[in-house]
Amino acid sequence: MVEFSLPANSRVRTGKTFKAPAGATRIKKFAIYRYDPDSGETPRLDTFEVDLDKCGPMVLDALIKIKNEVDTTLAFRRSCREGVCGSCAFNIDGTNTLACTKPIDEIKGDARIYPLPHMPVIKDLVPDLSVPYAQYASIKPWLQADTPPPSKERLQSPEEREKLDGMWECILCFCCQTSCPSYWWNGDRYLGPAVLLQAYRWIADSRDEQTGDRLDYVQDPYRLYRCHTIMNCTNTCPKGLNPGRAIAEIKKAEVERR
Amino acid sequence: MDMRTPLGRVRGLGTAKEGVEHWWMQRLTSIALVPLVIWFVFQIVDLAGADHASFQFWLGHHTNALLMVLLVVALFHHAQLGLQVVIEDYVHHEGVKLGAIVAVKFLAIVCATSSVLAVLRLAFSL
Repeated sequence: MVEFSLPANSRVRTGKTFKAPAGATRIKKFAIYRYDPDSGETPRLDTFEVDLDKCGPMVLDALIKIKNEVDTTLAFRRSCREGVCGSCAFNIDGTNTLACTKPIDEIKGDARIYPLPHMPVIKDLVPDLSVPYAQYASIKPWLQADTPPPSKERLQSPEEREKLDGMWECILCFCCQTSCPSYWWNGDRYLGPAVLLQAYRWIADSRDEQTGDRLDYVQDPYRLYRCHTIMNCTNTCPKGLNPGRAIAEIKKAEVERR
Repeated sequence: MDMRTPLGRVRGLGTAKEGVEHWWMQRLTSIALVPLVIWFVFQIVDLAGADHASFQFWLGHHTNALLMVLLVVALFHHAQLGLQVVIEDYVHHEGVKLGAIVAVKFLAIVCATSSVLAVLRLAFSL
């Protein structure tokens, strides 16, 4: 019941250092979390020296350069390289954000890159997000209506559509989800900021007819009320969204319908 | 070993369909406590160094006794609601969690009742 020592893998060793090629003048050190479950070794922090004169401006550019030119075994997710797909979310310089939209020159000193916090690590910077994905699926993130579909679009007034602003932009990178201490302690039951923002995106949608069922689903001491307005979610969101406000709106709706 | 799918685990035992009352009571008691605590601090500063008889005279006043009882009830109600949340956050063993929550609630009721009795005894000079 009580664990007096941390699991072995919570201790990160100092790993290898890869020097920049001779002649490089603008050198930036990237300290990157490495973990390979097949090796049987505990995680380590490798240091890669990157010549910024031969590297793109974003953190993702440096990661791709390292993977291409220095160590091909470095594992990370990436796709769109422009902040739309949400794949390259890491803990960079102590804050969860997208590597593709984080300029290297915003980081003072060495750039430290870790996987998203408090998720099981599959390899290096790749976390296992199957629980947040399942939580997202559990809120039924699609339009539910019993009225037979009209022959054209389902209509929505400009004012009704405006209510979805600040929510449709979410790319499900889970930066907010994994920055929330409440989610760290109770992630198995608390839905977390990303999923609750999505839940509210459907609660606020004027075309949806299952608002009450959606409010029922989240009304639970753990699913919704583990949010203690810590606001890490809103601080960290790389898209500038406000999951904290969305959760507050759900709480208000729960009071309103009592 | 947990062989359930992630969705099965996430849905778990389903929604408790409660939590809004707890949340609402926490807000109500905190709103009530703002003026009550300010009033209380001013009164206590005023009564600093006073003897038992002055306290008795002060509590004999209807408004003072009323506000003291309201303060005590709101305070302990608010405290046990908040402590329950802290326990739910950090205690992950079901049995220990239940035991701790029951202990906190019982303790809050004992403290509140005892405080109310003390106020009444002084107010009615029994």
